[in-house]
Amino acid sequence: MADTVQFDLVSPERKLASMVATEVQIPGADGDLTAMAGHEPTILSLRPGFLTVKGAAGEEQFVVTGGFAELSADTISVLAEIALPRAEVTPEILADLVSTATQAHEAAEVDAHHETQKLLADLVHIAEHLGFDAHL
Amino acid sequence: MPNLKDLKNRIASVKSTRKITKAMQMVAAAKLRRAQDAAEASRPYTERFNAVLGALSASVGGSDSAPRLLAGTGKDDVQLLVVMTAERGLCGGFNSSIVKLAKTRVAELQAAGKTVKVFTVGKKGREQLNREFGDLLIGHVDLSGVKRLGYANAQDIAKDILGRFDAEEFDVATIFYSKFVNVVSQIPTALQVIPAAYEASEDDGGALYDYEPSEEAILADLLPRGVATQIFAALLENAASEQGARMSAMDNATRNAGDMIDKLTIQYNRSRQAVITNELIEIISGAEAL
Repeated sequence: MADTVQFDLVSPERKLASMVATEVQIPGADGDLTAMAGHEPTILSLRPGFLTVKGAAGEEQFVVTGGFAELSADTISVLAEIALPRAEVTPEILADLVSTATQAHEAAEVDAHHETQKLLADLVHIAEHLGFDAHL
Repeated sequence: MPNLKDLKNRIASVKSTRKITKAMQMVAAAKLRRAQDAAEASRPYTERFNAVLGALSASVGGSDSAPRLLAGTGKDDVQLLVVMTAERGLCGGFNSSIVKLAKTRVAELQAAGKTVKVFTVGKKGREQLNREFGDLLIGHVDLSGVKRLGYANAQDIAKDILGRFDAEEFDVATIFYSKFVNVVSQIPTALQVIPAAYEASEDDGGALYDYEPSEEAILADLLPRGVATQIFAALLENAASEQGARMSAMDNATRNAGDMIDKLTIQYNRSRQAVITNELIEIISGAEAL
């Protein structure tokens, strides 16, 4: 079996990446996972986090904020709500996302608190990781 | 018979109109290219999305536990028509043909005894519908301040509509927009978004997926997104159609202005010649009388 997969990352507004990859680290809603060739066909939803693609040309990293991924033995397609190459993420974009999530969290019903809290925490985690937390 | 001065003014005015329509046509052509690129860029997402939802809904759709967004409320008494038009006119029959389709649907549904509610996106459609169905309008989204359509715009509209669905304000939602075929042809289209009708593609019908977290959780997560995705696709199609329609309308207008200028110039030259001939006759007959 081939040890590479066709990897596609698309957002509603544009196609961000389409390449041959050896492994892809995906921030799944229930935890991160690394997908490689020959993966069991799976559909999983994403949480905000870093998506790392390793291919022949090296490693590329993207920031995604939810959406879902479709894995199969020879293709990995990630359909993200908002996806940006790591270099394009600015403190302003993140601050925007965090404030929207904060508002959603404050407005949420009690039974949805857990989810909005998690979303917010994930976004803050991204900001901390990129060293943008001072801007929040 | 208009005098020479009037004709001259008229020609000057039509000439400046032609300049404006020509400029509008070129602007529309540039915008059309951008709109087409945007529609092109969103296509991979929409296609994948629909394929996944198709596979998912095929496996869950039949069961009793299927979410309401997929299975519907079990009724079709209250119909919501989401009419998406442009914010600006001067684009041929673009707005009217969408509104016309929506009006026909309203008449059909009302004849069948259903309750109809109308939600408008875009000022032009609202103005036209307000005259006849002012009391059916329940909401409006204004996109006139939006420079570049983004997914966020579609999400806002979807959120509004989904909120109304959750509040049980309607049973079935249909969006009306114009499908872009080419510059001279845009087809007004009605598409039912709630309950969603996704078609499973035949080739991956056999693929069995694992779901994480669970099939139900993913479906509950994806269906609202599906509404936003379909609205986004419709908005982009609409934007391309609008510019296409404007381009061909302005092309026609420019050509008509050219024809009109030709006709007026001939008329102007003839009347000038008539004036000259007249003067000559007067001089000659004056000289003969001496």
